Amino acid sequence: MHEMSIADALIRIVETEMANHGLRTVQRITIQHGALSTMVPEALDLAFEAMTRGTALEGAVLEYEKVPLSLRCSKCETTFSPEVRSLHFAPCPSCGEEFAHAVLTGKELNIAHIEGDT
Amino acid sequence: MSKAIPVIRNILDANNRLADQLRNVYAENNLLALNLMSSPGAGKTSLLERTLNDLRDELRMAVIEGDLQTDNDARRVAATGAQAVQINTEGGCHLDSSMILEALKQMDLAALDVLFIENVGNLVCPAEFDLGEKAKVTLLSVTEGDDKPEKYPMMFAQSKVLLLNKIDLLPYVDFDLERATRFARALNPEIIVFPVSCRTGEGLEPWYAWLKEAALAERR
Repeated sequence: MHEMSIADALIRIVETEMANHGLRTVQRITIQHGALSTMVPEALDLAFEAMTRGTALEGAVLEYEKVPLSLRCSKCETTFSPEVRSLHFAPCPSCGEEFAHAVLTGKELNIAHIEGDT
Repeated sequence: MSKAIPVIRNILDANNRLADQLRNVYAENNLLALNLMSSPGAGKTSLLERTLNDLRDELRMAVIEGDLQTDNDARRVAATGAQAVQINTEGGCHLDSSMILEALKQMDLAALDVLFIENVGNLVCPAEFDLGEKAKVTLLSVTEGDDKPEKYPMMFAQSKVLLLNKIDLLPYVDFDLERATRFARALNPEIIVFPVSCRTGEGLEPWYAWLKEAALAERR
């Protein structure tokens, strides 16, 4: 349940951005999270809701964009996305190599944008 | 008026910036910092007890102990004569860089070669928090099952070293060393795997050799 820490960090970033852009309220916050990220959206929702009660951020909706895992083949350098269910059996569609692929995307935990009113 | 503002920032930016500070502190002191992670009960403290005892004449080592509530582990480590600083996370499931910065205030870093950070027992949360360490070292005990690298890919994908502990129990459990290693290597070709038993001492020499080499590299 490290989502409390994530929510805390998220709120600080949003508050800074609100001040920078003169926003009084925030309706929507978009979060990008990679397939490998250990963050659980439901847990973050819960933490965020609890921690924003009675603040300018109360009621803001978190929207999630999942970033798929993409790998670069260790042998032929083809880039591909395996099924998430089979992260560890990800044979390269081009040459069949199963191991030691480089992770290109899938570790993200980013705040992408904020929507609110001035 | 409604406004949409692009941000594009890692949510854990603040922690990562503190981790960069820590990296500088370790580098200034030629200190090898290792982030030790595992499930509860996999043998982190036992590994430390053995390592601190066996290498006491070769390396100057200290431990930061992350625990939910107790100081049991810190007392076990202190019994070896090594310096141990306790961080109680009060229920928090991982250590973060601000806690480490705070703990370092109680330590004489110039008098150290190796700093072990014993993270909270958990295969999920600690993986997301950079502590500025040179390497993440993950322990997996054979009683936990060889599918763990598959179930917790983030932890194993980020680790430089994997210790497969409690190999003295292999005759009694269905744990395939080969399978665990294969899963760990799928997303992490560079991972170094040491099968060990902290109880019998089997397999610890290669781990010690790695540790001494890594500590030496920090002093060059």
